[in-house]
Amino acid sequence: MSDTELEFDASRDDHAPGDASPEAAGQLALSYSIGLFLATLLTIASFYVAAEHVVWAPSVPVALCVLAVAQMGVHLVFFLHITTGPDNTNNVLALAFGILIVALVVFGSIWIMDHLNHRLMPMAAVGQP
Amino acid sequence: MTAEFPASLEASRRRLQDPHALGRGGHARRPAVGLGHGDTGPAAKRILVGYGFWIFLLSDIVMFSGFFAAYAVLQGATAGGPSGRQLFDTRRVAFETAFLLASSFTCGLSFVAAGARRQLWTQVFLLVTGFLGAGFLALELSEFIGLAARGATPQRSAFLSAFFALVGCHGLHVTAGLLWLGTMMAQVFVKGFQPTVFHRLLCFNLFWHALDIIWVAIFTVVYLMGAG
Repeated sequence: MSDTELEFDASRDDHAPGDASPEAAGQLALSYSIGLFLATLLTIASFYVAAEHVVWAPSVPVALCVLAVAQMGVHLVFFLHITTGPDNTNNVLALAFGILIVALVVFGSIWIMDHLNHRLMPMAAVGQP
Repeated sequence: MTAEFPASLEASRRRLQDPHALGRGGHARRPAVGLGHGDTGPAAKRILVGYGFWIFLLSDIVMFSGFFAAYAVLQGATAGGPSGRQLFDTRRVAFETAFLLASSFTCGLSFVAAGARRQLWTQVFLLVTGFLGAGFLALELSEFIGLAARGATPQRSAFLSAFFALVGCHGLHVTAGLLWLGTMMAQVFVKGFQPTVFHRLLCFNLFWHALDIIWVAIFTVVYLMGAG
């Protein structure tokens, strides 16, 4: 038994992100293939929605955001192998905290700066009497 | 689950009866060594390394969220200069996306090959990953040079400053990833599949996939929304 197989003691419970036992190579390759297929579909859908007028124009950004979030989910599940299993609790908790901070930073900035823009006078009007 | 080679019959029995270790919190049995539970000491090195790197990647994504926020806020601040609609070439972005997605896939395959101890295939898939990554970088560089030639430099407007900061930061990450990839190819060649080398391959794999996730956000927010 080699070193890595010893490290891969079947009695261990936790699972590192993106990791898999050497014996599960077939499953791993299948998971990457499914991920590639789904991600390609979603990417093509994104570019198609942006280029052609298939959806109502004001809803395009929303559609693009939905497709992007879906593709990030595909990457997380099929490439990084983040699952909902008990061996993944730590990974999911860390991810949830990361998403919280990202959401706070991005939406907080957009929200606050948008309000500031509305409240400030246009630059052209500043010099006028 | 039966395909794994358990360290002991007891571990095998546990794995079969309780594949997801749902009963690990029970009082009936002691936690096994290497789980990080109870008084059995820290988790195995492989789990610690992977988890630690996961935390780093998440903090890296948090850093990127700052650049994304700056870009979203400054998107309209073109100061009379060119806007994204006039600058962005969606065709080039589609090729960049295809390169990066394919490289993510081959990177995963290199990890499969490394798990199976196949020196040749590991090197081949790492090399293909490197070429695809280099192709992505070449496209991005030619885009930046083209923009600069048209006067769209970071100094031109707040929009362009935010654009070059965000996309350039991702490009720098890809460059660092390529250097890391070359190092890993050399280490796999010289040292073979030692546990430490394997841990580094795991981390590199995570890093490369995370770059692709960030690129998904970039091509959506910056290019598709900017060009539309």
